[in-house]
Amino acid sequence: MNTTTVLRLEGITKRFGSLVANDAISLDLQAGEVLALLGENGAGKSTLMSILFGHYVADEGSIEVFGAPLPPGNPKAALAAGVGMVHQHFTLADNLSVLDNVMMGTEPLWLPVSRRAAARTRLLDVAQRFGLPVQPDVQIGSLSVGERQRVEILKALYRGARILILDEPTAVLTPQESEALFATLAQMVAQGLSVIFISHKLGEVLRVSHRVAVLRGGKLVAEARTADTTQAQLALWMVGHAVEAPQRRPARSVGDAVCVLDHVSTVSDKDGGQDHSAGLREVSLTLRAGEITAIAGVSGNGQVALAELLSGTRRAISGTAQFMGRALPPSPARLVQRGVARIPEDRHAVGVVGDLPVWENAVSERLRSPVFSHWSWLVKRTATRLHARRIEKAFDVRGAGLMAPARSLSGGNMQKLILGRALLAPEQPEAAKGDDNRKHPNRAPRLIVAHQPTWGLDIGAVAYVQQQLIAARDAGAAVLLISDDLDEVLALGDRVAVMHGGRLGEARPATAWTREAIGLAMAGATAPRSKGAAT
Amino acid sequence: MMRLERRHETSRAALVLAPIGAVVFTMAVSALLVLWAGAPVGRTYALLLQGGFGSVFAWSETLTRAIPLILTGLAATVAFKARLFNIGAEGQLYAGALAAVAVGGMHGGTGFELSPWLLFPLMMLAAAIAGALMLLGPALMKNRLGVDEVVTTLLINFIVLLGVSALLDGPMKDPSAMGWPQSVSLQSDLELGKLVAQTRVHTGLLWAVSLAVTVWAVFKYTVLGFDIRAVGANARAAAFAGVPVTRTVVMVALLSGALAGLAGAIEVAGRTSYVTLDMSPGYGYTGIVIAMLAGLHPLGVIAAGVFVAGVLVGADTMSRAVGVPTYIADVIVAASLIAVLVATLLTQYRVRFK
Amino acid sequence: MTDLLDILANPAFWVAVLRIATPLILGTLGVLLCERAGVLNLGIEGIMVAGAFTGWLAVYAGAPLWVGVGVAALTGLVFGLLHAFLTVGLALSQHVSGLGITLLATALSYFGYRVSFPKVNTPPTITPFAPMDWLPIPILNAQTALTLFALLLVPIIGWVLYRTPLGLALRMVGENPQAAESQGVSVAATRTGAIVAGSALMGVAGSFLTLSAFNAFFFNMVNGRGWICVALVVFASWRPGKALVGALLFAFFDALQLRLQQSGDAMLPYQLYLMLPYLLSILALVLVARKASYPQALMKPYRKGER
Repeated sequence: MNTTTVLRLEGITKRFGSLVANDAISLDLQAGEVLALLGENGAGKSTLMSILFGHYVADEGSIEVFGAPLPPGNPKAALAAGVGMVHQHFTLADNLSVLDNVMMGTEPLWLPVSRRAAARTRLLDVAQRFGLPVQPDVQIGSLSVGERQRVEILKALYRGARILILDEPTAVLTPQESEALFATLAQMVAQGLSVIFISHKLGEVLRVSHRVAVLRGGKLVAEARTADTTQAQLALWMVGHAVEAPQRRPARSVGDAVCVLDHVSTVSDKDGGQDHSAGLREVSLTLRAGEITAIAGVSGNGQVALAELLSGTRRAISGTAQFMGRALPPSPARLVQRGVARIPEDRHAVGVVGDLPVWENAVSERLRSPVFSHWSWLVKRTATRLHARRIEKAFDVRGAGLMAPARSLSGGNMQKLILGRALLAPEQPEAAKGDDNRKHPNRAPRLIVAHQPTWGLDIGAVAYVQQQLIAARDAGAAVLLISDDLDEVLALGDRVAVMHGGRLGEARPATAWTREAIGLAMAGATAPRSKGAAT
Repeated sequence: MMRLERRHETSRAALVLAPIGAVVFTMAVSALLVLWAGAPVGRTYALLLQGGFGSVFAWSETLTRAIPLILTGLAATVAFKARLFNIGAEGQLYAGALAAVAVGGMHGGTGFELSPWLLFPLMMLAAAIAGALMLLGPALMKNRLGVDEVVTTLLINFIVLLGVSALLDGPMKDPSAMGWPQSVSLQSDLELGKLVAQTRVHTGLLWAVSLAVTVWAVFKYTVLGFDIRAVGANARAAAFAGVPVTRTVVMVALLSGALAGLAGAIEVAGRTSYVTLDMSPGYGYTGIVIAMLAGLHPLGVIAAGVFVAGVLVGADTMSRAVGVPTYIADVIVAASLIAVLVATLLTQYRVRFK
Repeated sequence: MTDLLDILANPAFWVAVLRIATPLILGTLGVLLCERAGVLNLGIEGIMVAGAFTGWLAVYAGAPLWVGVGVAALTGLVFGLLHAFLTVGLALSQHVSGLGITLLATALSYFGYRVSFPKVNTPPTITPFAPMDWLPIPILNAQTALTLFALLLVPIIGWVLYRTPLGLALRMVGENPQAAESQGVSVAATRTGAIVAGSALMGVAGSFLTLSAFNAFFFNMVNGRGWICVALVVFASWRPGKALVGALLFAFFDALQLRLQQSGDAMLPYQLYLMLPYLLSILALVLVARKASYPQALMKPYRKGER
């Protein structure tokens, strides 16, 4: 193997306040190799690559690209040196065309006329060379996720990148699309590129890379040739201790149907069958007490619509949705009152109001109820603070205190606050009027809607959240888990259904699925059978 | 190149020093203007301070001027807290003033005379409703159609002012005013009494202060207050938590417009007794500055309102003595807005130069 | 009805339309540049006042007319720098910063005017731009050179926006600043440049009022034209060509309302006619609202290095 070093990082250190995101990391990349950068969320991989690409400036350390030092903090210099980055969250302008997005910034700024024809030719040539077909004049807004990623990659290749950084590229792809990406990677390496592949998925790392570097807590803890390691070894390095496969704890007793959706749609098929709107199309689903129903699928296939429908922030345009035998109430306040606990996908933007204090966020969903306000008008200060404190204790929410703004909480603590708010029922002196929970002895929620509940959390917080969901199930609640992490779906779900293009496939027991079958279903390869309400 | 870095703690001291530092900076900058006008800087400022705060008479004028400013400041505070950028307080003020005269001076055109005990609250209610309605349209347009309320409320100001002019030329004209465009006067028994004898300070000040306290209490202790703050901070998260966003925005619009409308009514009932085209030298816009100076805190609006009123009154006195144009007061007010914004930011972020 | 046709058939009417449209074209193009780069600039009303004042003052002090225009542009540029510092450098609220600048620029201008002319009652006058009667084109030859400048600016700005690398960078910065930054374009520099250029145009728009349309500076001269430009940009979907159409359309109705006042029956108070421009602007906003394709990063502050 050719052993020229194309990239060398020496002693890179980066601090954000008291947090050391990168601690004296030294790495090198050889020509024509794929180096996997492995680590869990928060280990420092993205920070390191952002430093390389010039989004951040390292506090200490140096970078050499093709033997020449790289000026820090300058994406332009990085690009000029031949480093290209494909970001996890695509940096594309929806209102501009593919060609616009690719060629922006490649010409001298003060040129009186843009050389578009030449650019178009060059783009098509690069696309063909690497097997990434595109249409230059189409607007980005109308492209699918896989197509957008292709454009992201082409942006780097068009500029003649010799070193390519891919940041969690398969997070938004189906297993089959991921295979296509891996083929592209092989082609790039064959053409002389060197690749850094950031991931937290062990299987992929083993599949795709020549060498692996593992980051943990900001430090480089291990480096090895992929051929010489195993999944177990990688997991051990990544986490720092032996990881047991999460034990399946099957449901003990499945009760009655708690929530029934029958041919529910949030968009109509009349808009030419275009899948952009990612709504629900004739979805039927039954959620039973004491059971975790997990929905698998690539993000963007209607999961958001399903979660929003059951969270009260989206309405169905046809079909029936029932909760506890009555129509599903269309408002969040009433859903909470009737016993639906909701964990939203985006903690920061939707789960909490960041500028308001923690205690107000802890009671925000039930503020209008008689427990926390007089006549839904005057806030009961003592009752609310008391409940906030109960949540803080019971769910171990750590931070700067109840009066601090919610945005000051770390991701894990914020999620714990949200869990506590959703799961911990307030103590009531006497039964409130019109409260269905009156009949239920322990007043726990009847339905839990959890949308990507462990996204972006460290392993400790992930385990905590998953335990809470299982505990709620064992206490008799129906749990709907929507997750694009297939491992989580298969580990937690009692029954699993796959979502694609707004349609929900049949829900089968978790043990009845193979990874291949799920992958195919996620890509829409198997048409979902039409179903009645009894799924 | 400049870069912003978030600070990890903000001391209470910094939060109080920020507006003060901003004001001092503004005074220093406007000193340049005084020099341009060829006047002695020290004497000019001394006269300004004296004119605004240096005697009982000065204070009485300042407090009188502060009344509408506190109310428009409250109007802006309520709206801006919910991120509804109400720039239309000027028009809402005039609408309220017209409504007050229509009910209290012209009996709503009915010729039916009611007891002043009934008429006075009716008059205030009419003013509040008039102001509220002016803002309701833009608020709904924003909520339903996504039309930026800044431009719509601004344009409505011009429309309202033209409407006032038309009404003053026509149906609401005071026939005994010898051709001068002013409205019919308010019934004298509806006028607000004086708070301090032989000054112009009227009981409207009590109205202004109690409304400020009320708004503060609403923000702090009520569910509506929470709804307003939540919608202003993050409408999506608020909706998720069950806050009725559209209803809250409507309530905010009604409250904000009503406060501005009351400002107009109280000016009529307490100071002028009739409506003229120039009865508000931009109180609606100044109210925005006051709200920002107060950091959108209802009680702070009282202090900011008195401060700005003092500067405006002081500038009048100073100008007569020294000849520096009164517009320097507007410069001071506008510059202190920008300075306060910068100062407040600096309490949250540190600036790094490279 | 015949009244209407008489008005439309009179070439003086169309001359007035072009004249009324000129400051709107310039102001709208100025706002367009700022907003395409992602920044709302509500300082336009104040900048127009300041441009009107400083341009006129320079000419009153003896400078040639085009130097006056240059001074007005420079004034706009300076206020633009302030707005850029506040919104791009410090990432402050674009609404509040713009309003603050309008208040500041207006107050400074009125102060400056009063300091310069403390005792006059009738505003002093200057000799404005002369009509371009050397042009063979009717209606256009009754306009001044500034109008020609405004009309020529429309295709020039269109060219820059859609056919040059600078224009593409500017548009990208307004759509997805992260993308621009990772592709080597400085968001801060591009936005500052756009704001400064746009504000200079706003200053020139103001100077048209005092150096061409009229020949003196009055209080309340701008009278909401700046806000109308902000509305027109939305109506124009941020495209220069449509901005021209919008400005002409608006000027058409404004000129019409003036003529109707004079010829129409005295039953309707003249104020109602004057309301028409403002009502139309609101209507335009409402009509376009649904399908407005905003530059996606408009009004969202961009902090480098914050993910």
